[in-house]
Amino acid sequence: MSISSAKSGGTGISLALDNNYMEPIASVLVSASSVGLIEFLDIPQTYKHLQIRSNVRSSTANANFTFQLNGDGGSNYSNHNLYGTGSATAAGGGTSETAGYCGWIAQSGSTANAFGGGVLDILDYANTNKYKTTRSLCGSDLNGSGLIIMNSACWMSTAPVTSVTLKVSLGSGGFAQYSRISLYGIKG
Amino acid sequence: MAAKTGTYTLISSSTLTTTTATVTFSSIPSTYTDLVLVANPLSTNNRDVILRFNSDTGTNYSITFLSGYGGGTPAFSSGRTTSQGFMYADYYAASNTTQNIRQINIMDYANTTTYKTALIRSSNANAYPSGGVETLVGLWRSTAAINTVAVSLSADSFLSGSVFKLYGIEAAK
Repeated sequence: MSISSAKSGGTGISLALDNNYMEPIASVLVSASSVGLIEFLDIPQTYKHLQIRSNVRSSTANANFTFQLNGDGGSNYSNHNLYGTGSATAAGGGTSETAGYCGWIAQSGSTANAFGGGVLDILDYANTNKYKTTRSLCGSDLNGSGLIIMNSACWMSTAPVTSVTLKVSLGSGGFAQYSRISLYGIKG
Repeated sequence: MAAKTGTYTLISSSTLTTTTATVTFSSIPSTYTDLVLVANPLSTNNRDVILRFNSDTGTNYSITFLSGYGGGTPAFSSGRTTSQGFMYADYYAASNTTQNIRQINIMDYANTTTYKTALIRSSNANAYPSGGVETLVGLWRSTAAINTVAVSLSADSFLSGSVFKLYGIEAAK
């Protein structure tokens, strides 16, 4: 079997990056002083993958950016990650946790106006035969401190993902004003 | 919820035909939510790829990185730079004529209230043992909307054949 270019791009780096490769589904910009959580509901089942792109800051001293799928707060998530603090590296993870992990974001008390960036992919989200796997790259640099992290999470459910709830430290914090989170569908 | 039409739009593309010190994307429209710069930079010598926004050469850039090195004794490390006059887009250098790729996500680039954060992934596919992979988060301490992105090397120039593509991602309205 031979595989030709998936798209018409003339160079290798154009693969899968042509126009309309992904579609915007919904976006939230926090206009108030802060919100406790951001939720995407009634997600269409017509894409292959979902991508959540974020530029967020915690309104409290909590910095863990987490998610739950289909409102499931049970101990049905596992996480594995690799991260760098700017002076050290480490790997970590956990089993039977109550949320998936996106990464680490700037928090109240951090460098003013600094936010954390994140890209979270939810793979094959509409499939009804597999547990769901996510991967994320997320981090904040604060000019002298910061953290960059890669995480993979498993949600142990075969249900199709119809909603995503994003929280700071499982609801112990909130998203600060001007935080933005956007949901996209990626075509297969 | 109903999705709108597609996004991930090519804004500009440059494939160098001559040796070039700096590739500049200017007059970037503010109509997107994020920018993604995909680059395949080539150089004669091993050099770092660096970024500047809006022609700012002040010491307003910093990064935190995590890198893996495959040569000799394979290792990984983390480090940072602070208050520099540019943002590193890799720790490992663009290398000779070997393929190497950077994907640079510039988040919420057009807003005028937050400092700007970039998430960067890079790989250097130099033949063993000198290759490496790296991911970085960068901060530009400015609330200005980004309308210009300049890509350079820490020294020398990009070689002919280097490719740079700038995409815009537009969130739902």
